[in-house]
Amino acid sequence: MLEIFTLLADWLAYTLLGLGPDTRLGTAIHFFIEDTTKILFLLVVMIYVIALMRASLNLERVRAYIQRKNRAVGYFFGSGFGAITPFCSCSSIPLFLGFTSAGIPLGITMAFLFTSPIINEVAVIMLWSLLGWKFTLAYIVVGMAVGMIGGMILDAIKGERWLKDFAAKAYQKAAEQTHDSSQDVEVPEAPKLTFKDRHNFAKDELKEIVGRIWKWVLIGVGLGAALHGFVPDGWFAENLGAGQWWNVPAAVFAGLPLYSNATGVIPVMESLITKGLPVGTTLAFCMSTVAASFPEFIMLKQVMTFRLLAIIFAILLANFMVVGWVINLIGPWLFSGA
Amino acid sequence: MKTFEVLGTGCKKCTNTAEKIEKMAGELGQDVEVVKITDPAKIMEYQVMSTPAVALDGQVIHSGSIPTSDAIAEWLKG
Repeated sequence: MLEIFTLLADWLAYTLLGLGPDTRLGTAIHFFIEDTTKILFLLVVMIYVIALMRASLNLERVRAYIQRKNRAVGYFFGSGFGAITPFCSCSSIPLFLGFTSAGIPLGITMAFLFTSPIINEVAVIMLWSLLGWKFTLAYIVVGMAVGMIGGMILDAIKGERWLKDFAAKAYQKAAEQTHDSSQDVEVPEAPKLTFKDRHNFAKDELKEIVGRIWKWVLIGVGLGAALHGFVPDGWFAENLGAGQWWNVPAAVFAGLPLYSNATGVIPVMESLITKGLPVGTTLAFCMSTVAASFPEFIMLKQVMTFRLLAIIFAILLANFMVVGWVINLIGPWLFSGA
Repeated sequence: MKTFEVLGTGCKKCTNTAEKIEKMAGELGQDVEVVKITDPAKIMEYQVMSTPAVALDGQVIHSGSIPTSDAIAEWLKG
């Protein structure tokens, strides 16, 4: 069914614009048309369908679910809900305080916040359509691992010591109260929604999300198209000494000053990989661009001391590097034939 | 006079919410006070997790989105 977008791109680029399929410009324009139309179509359909399903999932219910879990699985659920719960990054602080004042450990709350920008329905749809299911799965596993491991380390070093006073007090008070009774927390009932309510919710979500990300799709695919058309295949492997251990930290640091969301980075990833950048290095670059963003960190300053922020930042960077190295090691085996 | 508090850490939607309430009250000729609450500690006290949220006379009546015109009309009337 999706071949229709290839045909559309064939027609627009080669017939209407008269570009040759073997010229650099022709390849780039073709790539741009095919990917933007395909991605925007898939996004509109999938965001609507997914929003219909999760209309009744609100943060109060998510919090209660997480509260009922013990620590070991708490990280998994924190990270998993971070991936599927719709929430705007401007709500980070109220969410953080809502979790903390309910006695949820700092590490589990942060597992939620770390994973949230990395994995969302938009990222998954784009990865799937551009890079296939194997890579999508690897991305999800890596994204959740970064969140969970980051959270575990924060709890292991007792990171809550370095929260701002009012947040630390709220956490302590809640932790004492709920120490014995956290298994009894009741999950609030799902609101009863008619199909019309769900449709309205999905319609608003669709407008909101597409309105926010369409320019990122164009920028991301535009960059990807330029790489695709103008950088020769295998260029990275030949020129960056790809595969050397220091490539991964270099990619992480290169990604830091770039602040983008997953939508903008994924089309670029596709091109980087086909031009010979190893998968682990590419993922490390992508995570660093998406998850370690300065605007987000400045917001967290309202509830954390500078020391804790610096620690979190260091943990994230270390995580990205480990992920890059590990995937580079197992990558050839993982993606053989992909 | 009714006092609306708009809770949020300063994002665009929160500003829009406050403006929308003020504008509708103006149209209905009602005298209301709209206060923007951006202090995280205060928002935590209200136990709100999704912003923008709206509190009327100290009670949270809405959270997670810009309220619809219908909802605002209801609050102004009630």
